[in-house]
Parts: sequence; structure tokens; C-alpha cells
Amino acid sequence: MYLLAVAEEAKNPLLPDMAEMVIGGAAFLIVLFFVGRLLVPRLQKTLEMRTEAIEGGLKRAEEAQATAQRTLEEYRAKLEEARHDAARLREEAREQAAQIKAELREEAQAEARRLIEAAHAQIEADRQQAFAQLRGEIGRLATDLAGRIVGESLEDEVRQSRVVDRFLQELESADGAAVR
Amino acid sequence: MSATLTPLASDEFHAPGLGLFDWPPLVDDVAWFNKPALLALTAAILVMVFAFVAFSKPKLVPRGVQNVGELAYDFVRDQIARPNLGKDSDRWMPLLFTMFLFVWIMNLFGSVIFVQFPVMARIGYPAVLSLGVWLLVMYLGMKHQGPIGFFKNVMFPPGLPGWIYVLVAPIELISTFFLRHITHAVRLFATMMAGHLIVALFSEVGWHFLAVQVTPLGAPLGVLGVAMTILLTAFELFIQALQAYVFALLTAMFINDAVHPAH
Repeated sequence: MYLLAVAEEAKNPLLPDMAEMVIGGAAFLIVLFFVGRLLVPRLQKTLEMRTEAIEGGLKRAEEAQATAQRTLEEYRAKLEEARHDAARLREEAREQAAQIKAELREEAQAEARRLIEAAHAQIEADRQQAFAQLRGEIGRLATDLAGRIVGESLEDEVRQSRVVDRFLQELESADGAAVR
Repeated sequence: MSATLTPLASDEFHAPGLGLFDWPPLVDDVAWFNKPALLALTAAILVMVFAFVAFSKPKLVPRGVQNVGELAYDFVRDQIARPNLGKDSDRWMPLLFTMFLFVWIMNLFGSVIFVQFPVMARIGYPAVLSLGVWLLVMYLGMKHQGPIGFFKNVMFPPGLPGWIYVLVAPIELISTFFLRHITHAVRLFATMMAGHLIVALFSEVGWHFLAVQVTPLGAPLGVLGVAMTILLTAFELFIQALQAYVFALLTAMFINDAVHPAH
């Protein structure tokens, strides 16, 4: 109060009044406690939550997009795989078909060859048989004929067979040339 | 000067003086309770009520007063705290936000009709705030840099040629520890006081020449006075906010200097 009185006497506006400082300080401290200590932290918390909410929303959207992207990739990969499989199966089927065809052809050819060979053998056998039959027949006919022509019986066995053999040999050689 | 010049002293124009800033007690025998004190308490209540309405139940999606409060908060955070304190901003926002609002409302009373007195034009109010900042900064400096390191970092900033420290050390000592904290208060006090004086002067001109003593020569002067009063009141509104901003900004700078010494 003494200082205050001096200040008032001198009216120096630069000298602070102690009472003012006390009032100003107290008022500010009360406001600081009430606003700074109690209210501003609430706002700061809300601002933080707001930031988190916005960032969280963005993050969730990003995650959803990433999941969708991943699923799409998976589907694409599966589709690709399925296409590959289908192509592979088609290829295999084609190969198998070709193989089967080739085997069948092989079998058919073998069968044909076998049939032809059997036919050949049969023909050869028939020919041999016919030839043997003819041989006897021709010999007898020839001797008969010759006997009639010559007028004498060629009963002599030895002579007869000699004549027949010679005849047949001639016949064979002529026949062989004709066949070839 | 006027008292001795003419016998028409009562009708003569008196420029308002420092008497504008002397307030008698509102209640007899309660010396401290004058108009500035009442206004200071009113400002405190106003700030608290505003902050309470705005932030007592803050919503994720702001509505009404909360929007206004957040506007103020964002301004202090983005223009005052973050440029100076960086990632420490949130820790000091309670102080800076309160200080900005409190100083601004106290200043704003200078332009509120019927109130019309900027409380910060009484040196005691800015002085106690800057004294508090001084105490805080001394404490923070000692805590973060050590009692010796604090003085060493201020008086011997690295990177200067040796002999210059003879000059730098005492200048930095006086400037950093005392002068800048005194000017911190005086800057706010002086701008508010000067602004109030000038507005009072022009309104007195208008009142005197248009109401008290109307003369053909004086009337245009009175009109000029009114026009200037209006113009300067608009200017004062800007200065009041600017000084509140500067006061909080310097506080943020001082805190940062104490917490993170110059390197």
C-alpha cells in the first residue's frame, strides 16, 4: 500500500500496482486451471479421436480395397489355372486319341498281314495237293495214251516210270517259267 | 498549459491525459476494487464461460460454439505453438490458448461500448503475466539444460569468433534473462495505452467541437475527430488481437528457447 501511494503520487504508468498484479495473476491462474487444465485436454482428446476416426476410416477403406484386390487376384489365378488345366487335358486327349488310332492301325495291318500269309499258305498247300494228284493222274493218262498210240503196253514198270519222269520234268520247267 | 491562458478555461478543449488510466475504487474502503480489476475478473469469467460452452462436452463432429472454440484453438496451435514448439505443441497449448484468449478479451474491452477500457493498459496486468512466463522459463531452462548449462548456452552461443564473446556474453545475459521479459510486458501495455489515448483524444475532439462548443471553424474538426475515432477503433480491434497473438507467440518462443537451446 505504501508502494501504491508512491505510484499514485508520481503517476508513473510504468510502475506496476501490487494489487493489480495480485488480481491479474489470480484471475489468470484461475482461468489457466479451469480452461487449460480441465477443458483444453478434453478438446485435445476429442481432436485426437477425430484424427483417429478419420485415419481409421481411411485405413478400413484401404484394407477393404486390398482384400478385394487380393480376391480378384486369386480368382484370376484360379481362372488361369483352370484354363491351363483345360488346355492340358485337351492336349492329353488329343495325344491319347492319336496313340489309340496308331495302335488300331498297327493291329489292323498286322491282322491283314496275317490273313494274307494264311491265304498264301493255303494256296500253296492246295497247289501242292493238286500238283501231287495231277502227277499221278497225268502219268497214268499219259501211259494209257501212249500205250494206245504206240500199240504196245508199256507194262514194263521201269521203262514206264522213266518216261513219265522225263515228261514231268519237261512239264515242270515249262510250268515254272510260265509262273515266273 | 491552458489554465493560465484565458478566462474561458471551462469551455476550452482539454486533451485527455494519463488521468484516463487512474481509477478510483468502485467501493469505498476497498482500494483494490476499481474498474480495471472488475474488468479483469469479468474477462476471466468470460473466458471460462466461453471455454466451458465450447469444450465441456466436445463432439467428434463439432457444432455451434465448439466450432468457434476450435477455430480459436486451431489458430493458436497452427500460428503460435507449432511454428515455435513443434512436437511439444500439445503440451503447451493449455497455457498458450488460455493466455491468448485472456489477453485478447482484456484488450478487447478497450473497444466494447460502455466498457471502453483495455485492462492491459494498466502495467500491472501484463507485468504479472510476463513475470509468470519469466519464472516458468527460468525453471524450464534450469531443468532442461542444467543451472550452469542454461547460462552457458545463452551467454556463449557456439560458432562465433572468440573475442566477440566479450560483447555477446553480457548482452545476451541481460537481454535473454531480463530485457526481453520486461519488453514482453511493456510492449503489450504500451500499445494498449497508446491506442486508448489516441481513440480517447479523437473522441474528445468530436465531443468538444460538435457538442460542447459548436463553432463554424470547430465543427469540421469535430467531424474529423469522429471519423478518426471510428477509423482508429477499427484499427484498435486489429491491434488488440495482434498484441494478444504477439504476447502468446513470444511466450512460445521463450519456452522453446528454454527447452531446446540454440545449437
